[in-house]
Amino acid sequence: MAISQRMARAILLAPAGLWYAVLLVLPLIVVLVYSFGERGAAGGYAPAFTLAQYANLGARWTAFQNTLLLAPAGTLAALLIAYPLAYFLALRVSARWRTTLLVLVIVPFWTSILIRSYAWIFLLGGRGIPQLLSDLGLGDLRLINTPFAVLLGIVYGYLPLMVFPIYVSLEKLDKRLLEAAGDLGAPPWRSFLQITLPLSLPGVATGSMLVFILLMGEYLIPQMLGGGKVFFVGNALVDLFLQSRNWAFGSALAVTLVAIMLVTVTLYMRFLKRIGAARDDVGLM
Amino acid sequence: MTDATGHHTVSAGEAIAEFVNTSKRFGAVLAADSLNLRIRKGEFLSFLGPSGCGKTTALRMLAGFETPTEGTILIDGRELASEPAYRRPVNMVFQHYALFPHMTVAENVAYGLRQRRPKLPGAEIALRVAKALDTVRLGDFGPRRIWQMSGGQQQRVALARAIVNEPKILLLDEPMAALDAKLRAEMQMELLGLQRSLGITFILVTHDQQEALSMSDRICIMGKGRIMQIGTPRELYDLPANRYVADFVGRANILPARVRATTGARAEVALADGLSVEVTAPFAVPPGAAVEVAIRPEALRLALAPEPGVPAIAATVTHMTFFGEHIEYLLAHPVLGALQVMLPRQAERALPGAGVGAMLHVLWDPGAGLILGQD
Repeated sequence: MAISQRMARAILLAPAGLWYAVLLVLPLIVVLVYSFGERGAAGGYAPAFTLAQYANLGARWTAFQNTLLLAPAGTLAALLIAYPLAYFLALRVSARWRTTLLVLVIVPFWTSILIRSYAWIFLLGGRGIPQLLSDLGLGDLRLINTPFAVLLGIVYGYLPLMVFPIYVSLEKLDKRLLEAAGDLGAPPWRSFLQITLPLSLPGVATGSMLVFILLMGEYLIPQMLGGGKVFFVGNALVDLFLQSRNWAFGSALAVTLVAIMLVTVTLYMRFLKRIGAARDDVGLM
Repeated sequence: MTDATGHHTVSAGEAIAEFVNTSKRFGAVLAADSLNLRIRKGEFLSFLGPSGCGKTTALRMLAGFETPTEGTILIDGRELASEPAYRRPVNMVFQHYALFPHMTVAENVAYGLRQRRPKLPGAEIALRVAKALDTVRLGDFGPRRIWQMSGGQQQRVALARAIVNEPKILLLDEPMAALDAKLRAEMQMELLGLQRSLGITFILVTHDQQEALSMSDRICIMGKGRIMQIGTPRELYDLPANRYVADFVGRANILPARVRATTGARAEVALADGLSVEVTAPFAVPPGAAVEVAIRPEALRLALAPEPGVPAIAATVTHMTFFGEHIEYLLAHPVLGALQVMLPRQAERALPGAGVGAMLHVLWDPGAGLILGQD
């Protein structure tokens, strides 16, 4: 008995479809429904239809402010550090060393982010770098529990996710294009701006998107290096669901975060498409 | 200028580029071994040789992608060995074209002009790009994307992108290798026409001897990183300097021989079977010297019976290959080994019944063949 093509397609898509339906769409619907409800008397959720939770978002304004400032800033900082590194690995290192150095980029991932963040707590804490600086007579500096500490932590944690997509796009760049640009009279920095950079934009886009989306939902690093002073929406959510047990308000917060993310990512994609379409002009500036 | 043989000639005086004892070493590999070569202004010169012979290294040193380990390179009288590619008055057509995929055809062609400092006016760039695209017959293709172009069209874009800059020398790195045979022949004619009309010096790297023979004013035969011989296509074919060249350009029977006597530019040599033949001696050889002689398959004749006064080798036909306008015979001789003879179609009619297994006489006309020098 032959299985029709439609049937085969349905069977092949079923596991993934089921996965997304049960674990993504369904919870999102639940969250959306909760966000219009009220806090139960003993905490949790009580059915209702009110926009009160959304009206109250301002109460958690600081969390949004921190997230919307530090997530883009972290993405940008990671990009600025990752691009030269990926460039160096893809175009300057001999093939003999490349693999070793690439492995070194991943090595930190072999240890849990939790443990690595503890290490940062020590390094940035009172007896770490600030102690060293004051011993050298360079004055008192507080690092831990500052926005800087959180920024440092997220850039450190997410750097490899930025390095690899950029590395891949630079690696597959046809090196003869650079010779051709040189042959046609472009000094190295101009052939970088006109050839290398535009052709590696897909890697930049992928890396930035990956890091930005994850940073928007970040919880652990602000928790540990921000010490409750510098917190993200993720931290506010944990607080609302687990401490205050205000599920309705938490849901409204979560829905708002998803909405913001959808808007920013869409705008970013649009922007990239525009650059892609007009890339020739960028390339020839 | 054109000489009596229909060949384009270039005055020997003016050099546009010069290799002076130029060597290039990659680790333990000597890719170019003290090259000395004067490239004449306006000529079409080919570097011909098998892969790994150093021809591409020579070209890349001219372009500025490689720096000579020793010696130097002069371009238009200036010493440029350590000048980076982007400051040299040469442009290259790359083997796989290396067109910029994120730019349109016109933007690719404009790229070199846009690098000029001080900047050229946009209107002038547009004009020159349009003219270059017209020259390669792609006048209407300017706004197209590179991936919309066929292989042959991409080749033309690459050519336009180079010539629009009016370089002193145009370098061509196996530009036709990726094209099919028919397109390649068309492109060769076009390239030659372009070179004559632009008057730019063309330097072509190729491993295709037909391409080199049919297009070049001069050919530089390379092997093992060295220049084996430089000359016009006819010189190389008729007077190969050594075994390497005789073997690489066209086909040749190469036989060991001993010099008996010399008279002027001719020498009488004895082949291994004792037969005496008269060959050309391009240089002085002492009687008694052991040498190698080369003779082209088409310089030998075949007959059913020997002719008086013409040395003949009796040999057995082992293979006959039909090529249309000519026929190739492979014959075996107990002492001399295999001999190739190429006959035009009408000469076959004088050999009725001479198939595989027949005994024929290979006739060696006086003066045919020549003595080879050392590699």
